[in-house]
Amino acid sequence: MSEKRTDLLRGTLDLLILRALNLEPLHGVGISRRITQITKGAFEVSFGSLFPSLHRMEEKGWVEAEWRASENNRRAKYYRLTALGRAQLKAEEREWNQVVKIMTAAVESA
Amino acid sequence: MPGRIVSLFRNLLRRNSVEQALNDELQSSVELLTEEKIEEGLPPSEARRRALIELGGVEQVRTKVAEIRSGRLLEDFAADLRFAFRTLKKSPGFALTAIVTLALGIGANAVVFSVLNALILRPINVPKGENLYTVQPPGPPTLSYLDYVDLRDRNRTFEGLAAYHISGAVGVDTGGNPSTAWPCMASGNYFDVLGIQPYLGRFFHASDEKGINSAPYVVLSYEYWHGHFHDDASVLGRTVGINKNQFTIIGVAPPTFRGTELFFAPAIWIPLVEQPTVEDYNGLQFRSMHNLFVVGRLRPRVAPTQAVADLNAVGAWLSKTYPADDEGIQFKLAHPGLLGDAVGAPARRFMAGLMLLAGLILLAACANLGSLFAARAADRAREMALRLALGSRRGRILRQLLTEALLVSLAGGAIGLSGSVGILNVLSTWHPLSDIPISVPVNPDLRTYVVALLLAVVSALLFGVVPVRQVLRADPWQVIRSGASGARGMGRITLRDLLLVVQVAICAVLVTSSLVAVRGLVRSLQSNFGFLPQNVTLVETNLRMAGYAGNHISEMQRRMLDAVSSIPGVSAVGYADELPLSLGGDDDFVYSDNVTDFRPTNYAADSMFYYISPGYLDAAGTRLLAGRNLTLNDEHDDFKVLRKVLVNRQFALRVFGSVDKAIGGHFKYWGGFRAEVVGVVEDGKYRTLTEDQQPAAFFSFLQLNGSPTCLVVRSGRNPGEIAGALEAALHGLDSGLPLTIKPWSAELDWALFAPRVAAVALGVLGLLGAMLAVTGVFGLASYVVSRRLRELGIRVALGAGKREVLRTSLGHACSLLLIGSVAGLALGVAASRVLSHIVYQATPKDPMVLGGVVAAMFLIGLVASWIPARRALAADPLLLLREE
Repeated sequence: MSEKRTDLLRGTLDLLILRALNLEPLHGVGISRRITQITKGAFEVSFGSLFPSLHRMEEKGWVEAEWRASENNRRAKYYRLTALGRAQLKAEEREWNQVVKIMTAAVESA
Repeated sequence: MPGRIVSLFRNLLRRNSVEQALNDELQSSVELLTEEKIEEGLPPSEARRRALIELGGVEQVRTKVAEIRSGRLLEDFAADLRFAFRTLKKSPGFALTAIVTLALGIGANAVVFSVLNALILRPINVPKGENLYTVQPPGPPTLSYLDYVDLRDRNRTFEGLAAYHISGAVGVDTGGNPSTAWPCMASGNYFDVLGIQPYLGRFFHASDEKGINSAPYVVLSYEYWHGHFHDDASVLGRTVGINKNQFTIIGVAPPTFRGTELFFAPAIWIPLVEQPTVEDYNGLQFRSMHNLFVVGRLRPRVAPTQAVADLNAVGAWLSKTYPADDEGIQFKLAHPGLLGDAVGAPARRFMAGLMLLAGLILLAACANLGSLFAARAADRAREMALRLALGSRRGRILRQLLTEALLVSLAGGAIGLSGSVGILNVLSTWHPLSDIPISVPVNPDLRTYVVALLLAVVSALLFGVVPVRQVLRADPWQVIRSGASGARGMGRITLRDLLLVVQVAICAVLVTSSLVAVRGLVRSLQSNFGFLPQNVTLVETNLRMAGYAGNHISEMQRRMLDAVSSIPGVSAVGYADELPLSLGGDDDFVYSDNVTDFRPTNYAADSMFYYISPGYLDAAGTRLLAGRNLTLNDEHDDFKVLRKVLVNRQFALRVFGSVDKAIGGHFKYWGGFRAEVVGVVEDGKYRTLTEDQQPAAFFSFLQLNGSPTCLVVRSGRNPGEIAGALEAALHGLDSGLPLTIKPWSAELDWALFAPRVAAVALGVLGLLGAMLAVTGVFGLASYVVSRRLRELGIRVALGAGKREVLRTSLGHACSLLLIGSVAGLALGVAASRVLSHIVYQATPKDPMVLGGVVAAMFLIGLVASWIPARRALAADPLLLLREE
């Protein structure tokens, strides 16, 4: 458990959350599970980081929330990407790819 | 961004519902997780426990979310404010002291700044007042009409140049009851250059000027129209008598327009070309008759320096063309409002000095509060330690302390500001001189409020940061273990000691300068004026207003002198056209007898000119030093060729070299007239109390036929009685004479105005400074005593006498007071130089001043340490030991 990366860079966490929400609206726990799933278990996000991030993104208008019933018929707060959020996701993906390219080049050149 | 703003408001306004939503979300998350665990096969209670662990604690997550929410800082600030309010309410004595101290400090600054703003910073109240400038030659800031016309027509940098003349009061007859009013005689383009539109009717314009006496029009000020014509719009077109000449009312000025001089609001405006009609003397025809103020509006994008160069180019032309009158003439610009630099320059210096002192007051107040807050922080060490131990961050505690400081400071600022607005309103309606329409419009404006707010915030930061080091250094474990009264060595020099020394030094500076000013005022009252105003009653009248002209004037003046001298109890009576140290007074160049080229650079002296009757010397109490007095027979000589004259000692020394050589000596003056000196009188003060000694010449009144008439009546009878007798005697000659009768001492109000204002202003600041020193020393002394009461009790129990008790409890505070006083006195002596421009003989090298400061500081120490000393002496060992 301890070797799993939980202390993500803030930007990385935002990207992961946006990605997780890209397919369908999810509640907080669902987002956490989806991130673990799409990173093949490499990242496990702590709720202490996830909820502040979600609320910040909601204030920025990247996501919007609504209360509805979960698959087990429990009330849960579901987050959904807004148009602004989709644009943000595109921008962050582009940025991330660039960082990866630059870093790879830098590491391989040595 | 709009989303964030919406969130900010939602978070602030609907805090509870936002909190509720977050709670719900977290609860639902816990349930979702629990369900997950149950599905994995865990028993429900264990599942819930694991779920809570995975979430990482509901409370922790909630705090983390709350920290990133918009408006978080504001929310904290509101909480800090509420807490600060509660803590201050718990120690009302402390809060009250702090607020009152600041109210005084900020109030004093607001008043001084507002006056500074009104007199110097704020342009005069006309449209686009900031590009309006007064054009003045060096020396007296007035120009002759002919020079003005040349400047107006030949300059290329001004949109327009207007000129105006301020004379004394004129008689105004509106049909029935004649009264007097103070006019401004203005050039035709005056209102157009200033950009003022009439409230009613029309103004006069440049096109109305068609030569001397061509425009018999008068414009009323709103106030005069309101007061004398009761807002009657039908006055337009009506004629009024001004000094017995008929003028037509053509318009009323708007209520906001008070002319271009801050202190003097004209009642009426008359075209300048009518000056010869009104004053029965054409002062416009001579290039050497400097009696106009000139004000002009710069063209757009013309810098003041360009304008000066342009004016001086015209000046060079004037100098070449009219060397007799204008040789070497030069011009400079000044901001209008204070008679050019004549009043402006000393006013600027004085206000800057005053602002500095007021700033020092606030600084002293901050030092005082800084040490109060530090003491309070020390007393609250336990509370702070507890909060630190419970996990509060230091930054949070500091913010709390600063909020407290800010709250105190804003409260003090608000109270100080409202007090100062009251004072300023009183000042604005104050008429310092009874018969001259002078007032000081110093109403506060937005700038004053902003400055007061800034001062409040800055001072809060200043005294609020004093305890910061204490909090940062605080070690909760130490404090809680040893208690708040943990012994800090009293022998060490602490920040508080330093603050007290600074504060006392500042206060000593203030006390020194106020004593210097007050002493200067007392001296100027006792100095030799060159006349003795005691037991003298003045009768002022204007014979032209009463319809006299030409030779009838001096004939009537002689009859008046005879009538007054036969009143029983009158020991001497004399005539003068103007009195020394009153508002008026003419000066002119005089030349040696051998000069034939009367250009300004050849003059021997610039002398005051007075016209007197022979009785004046006795009545005024002016001593004759050598030669003889004027006589009524002097006129039988051919005075058109050689006039008999008295001069003062300074004139004799300057022009002839000695008093003896002056007797029988000749000199020439304006117009090429020759005069022979028959006597020399003592020197005196002529324009101001602080002037350098001026030469003066006294001519016979019979040569003048001057209409302003002042009778100087010396009598031992009481002033009320003699006033009645004078009125009866003079109205016996002509019942239509307008008379003003008052003691000479009242007339001197004008001359004493500036030193009085200076003495009062500095006195008040000195008093404030002294009060602050008292509270500062009192604060420290009582703090030390209360901290060491137990130790004192033990000392008393061990047999310490009163002397020892006092030394241990107050010695420290007293030595700080001593150090501060000495430093302050030295600084104050250096600072008093500024005062010497305004206050007569302001010198700190005066045993009275030095002694006074020492005595004042001693008294301050005594007052401040009285109560703490009583408390220390009352230390009862039994009571104290029982307490702990």
